[in-house]
Amino acid sequence: MKIAVVQFPGSNCDQDCLRALLGVGPIRAEYLWHKETSVSSFDAVVLPGGFSYGDYLRCGAIARFSPIMKAIVAAAADGMPVIGICNGFQILCEAGLLPGALIRNQCLHFICQPVWLRTEATDTPFTTKLDKNRLLRMPVAHGEGSYFADSQTLDALESQNRVVFRYTNASGETTPESNPNGSLAHIAGICNEKRNVLGMMPHPDRAWDRRLGSEDGKLLFESLVANLELAAVR
Amino acid sequence: MKVSVIVMPKQSVLDPQGVAVRNALKDVGLQSVENVRVGKLLELEFAAPLDKQRLDEICRELLSNPVIEDYTIQYPSAPKT
Repeated sequence: MKIAVVQFPGSNCDQDCLRALLGVGPIRAEYLWHKETSVSSFDAVVLPGGFSYGDYLRCGAIARFSPIMKAIVAAAADGMPVIGICNGFQILCEAGLLPGALIRNQCLHFICQPVWLRTEATDTPFTTKLDKNRLLRMPVAHGEGSYFADSQTLDALESQNRVVFRYTNASGETTPESNPNGSLAHIAGICNEKRNVLGMMPHPDRAWDRRLGSEDGKLLFESLVANLELAAVR
Repeated sequence: MKVSVIVMPKQSVLDPQGVAVRNALKDVGLQSVENVRVGKLLELEFAAPLDKQRLDEICRELLSNPVIEDYTIQYPSAPKT
C-alpha cells in the first residue's frame, strides 16, 4: 500500500500530511511532485494545504492545470480515494472533481483556530471509523474557505448525503457563531457522487497527536488505511 | 493586439471585499455610495492573430470560475479609417 502526498509549488502542509499518514502505522507514503504524470503506483492521493502558485488568480486555479492533476482526475474516476485538505479542497473544486467553490471568508480575515466539526457521512473511505454525528476537533487555517454553490448543487449535496462535515459548536449545533467563514449550510467538507473524493477545509493533518491539541484527525487517516488494507485483501 | 478580460463576482455571490471597500468609502466621506463589487482586470497582449473562440473557452476554464464569476472580453475597437 502506498499513498501519495502531492507537492505543488507553494504547498506547505505536505510534511504534516506525510507525518500524519506515517503516524497511522507501518504504511508507505511518499511525496509526489506536481510535474509527475502518473499515480499508477499509488493507492490513494492526498492534496495537502498551502498556497499553491501563491493563490494567484484564484486559490487552486493554476494548480488544477499541473500535469499530475490529469492523472488524479482519471484515477478518481476509477475510484481511487482522493482527499483534498484546505488548498487541496480548493484545487479539487477548481478541477471539477467536487462541485462549488471556496470564496473569501465572510469576516474577510485569515482564520487560524480550532473548530468543531459534526460528522454527517460515514460511508467515504476517510470516515468509516467515525460514527454519524461524531464531533471532531481540529484547526482551520484559511482566508478563502467559505463554501459556495448554487441552490441546485446544494440540494443535490444534501439529498445525496454528500455533506461529510459541518461546522458546529461544541454541542454539535449549527449556530451562526459556529460557522467560522460564512460557508453555506455550515459546509466544512463534501464528497463526490462516487464518494471516493473528499474535500475539507479543516486540517486533520494538524490534529493527529495529543501534542497537537487533538488526535481526532487521525481517525480519517486510519479510516483510509483500513479501507486500503481491505481493498488489498479482496 | 491588447485584449482586456474583466472578471467580476456573480451578483448572486456575496462579495465581502466589496462590502469592506464600500464601508471604507463611507468612512472617508463618500456617504452616497450604495454598493461596491471588486473584480479583476487582466490585460492580454497578443502578437499573432487571435483565436477568439479559444480565448472564450480559456476564460471559462482558467481566467474565471463560472461557479462564482462572470467575465467580459474587450477587444480593441477597429481603427478609424
